[in-house]
Parts: sequence; structure tokens; C-alpha cells
Amino acid sequence: MSKSNKPIVWGTFAAGGTVTAFVMPVLMLLTLLAGLGAVPQGLSYATLHGYASHWLGKLVIFAILFLSLWSSAHRLRITFYDFGVRADTLVATIVYLAAAAGTVASVIFLVRI
Amino acid sequence: MGEEMSRRPYVREIPRHSWFFRHPRYMRYMTREITCIFIGAYTLLLLVGLQRLSQGEAAYESFLQVLREPAIIAFHVAALALAVYHTVTWFNVTPKALPLQVGEEFVPNAVIAGAHYVGWVLLSALVLVGAGVF
Repeated sequence: MSKSNKPIVWGTFAAGGTVTAFVMPVLMLLTLLAGLGAVPQGLSYATLHGYASHWLGKLVIFAILFLSLWSSAHRLRITFYDFGVRADTLVATIVYLAAAAGTVASVIFLVRI
Repeated sequence: MGEEMSRRPYVREIPRHSWFFRHPRYMRYMTREITCIFIGAYTLLLLVGLQRLSQGEAAYESFLQVLREPAIIAFHVAALALAVYHTVTWFNVTPKALPLQVGEEFVPNAVIAGAHYVGWVLLSALVLVGAGVF
């Protein structure tokens, strides 16, 4: 019986879609406030650095970035197809490589904090 | 086959690059798909912020300054609107993706979606309080 590798990508898409649905609007609100000059206490260097220094904080940050990167990459691949770009293998390679690069980068940054 | 084809069957043409303009439902579908561009771009912005955070206080403060750029603020407004659209559409299909059966009956769609909305509002409020906005 042939096996499909689709569940692996689709699993991160489902989990990522759910996690981004829950956390992205409020995170955008926080960075928007920072951009408008009212930097929330939680986004100050001391607070955020302290949060990201703890292993639990690292885990939460990594989970959000990882799932958002992979679900966005997967949906972007479908979006390219819907807009009429039919070079699916090329598109898939590029978006998944970008997601993989982002995942590696997030680990490196978190380890350095 | 040739004789059958001589009946010239009707082939509905689907314009590859503009099919979604044909129906509002297709437009809503494409809007939902486009949310990934903004959420993906925002994730990269967060990744840059994380890098600046790992480089020390001066680098992180300069990142906060970049957030004040008018273009970044405009991006935030668009991304926030589309992220909320993603949230709403995602929660509304959750009852179809996760049908929940209790005994003989299925839990009503409105209850499953509603529970997600309540959880979303509570989590968002918790994050805002935790971040010191309120």
C-alpha cells in the first residue's frame, strides 16, 4: 500500500491554522501599539528578554513561529496554484525551504537568548 | 471517439488567472487564502524581532523604532484585519473539521464555534493584561 506524505504537511497546517487564529490578532495588536509609540510593558527589552530566557517561554515562542511558518507556507503553496501558477513542485520547494530556514533561524535565535 | 467528439460537447472555460472574480463566494475564498501572505510576512517580522532580541538591548530598541515606520504601521493594520478574517473563517469551519458527538447527538455547530470564540477572547484578554496593556 502506498503511503502519502500529505498528513505530515496537513497536520502542521491544521495545528498552525488553529494557533495563528488564536494568537496572531492579539500579537499584531501589541506590535501595532508599539509602532504607535505606546510600547506595552510586555514588549520592553527587559520583560521580553526575561520571558524568552525561560525554557517555557522559548517553547511557546518556538511553537508559534514553527506552526505559523509551516501553515503559511502550505497555504501559500495552494494560493499560488489558485492564482494560476501551475509550477507546483517549484513553488512547494521554495515555500517549504523558506519555512525550514525560518524554523532553523528561530532555534538559533532562541538558543542565543 | 472522433465521431463522439463531433457533437462538440460544451466545455466550460475557466480563466486561470481571473476565475475568482466570477462569484463573491470565490472572492471570499481568495481573501481567506491571501491571509496567509500577511500572516507569513508578520511571522517573518516576529522572527526579525527575535533576532534583534538575541543581539542585545540596543538592537532590540532599533527594532522597536522600525515598528514606527508608517509603512510598517500600514502593514500592521492590513495584517490585523486579515488575521481576524482568518480567525473568524477558521472558527466557523471548525464544527465541520471537528464534529463532536455526545451520545446519539452531534454538538450543534454554533456551540463548537462559539466555544472557540470565547476561548479566543479570553486568551487575547489574558495576553493583553499579561503584556500590561490594561
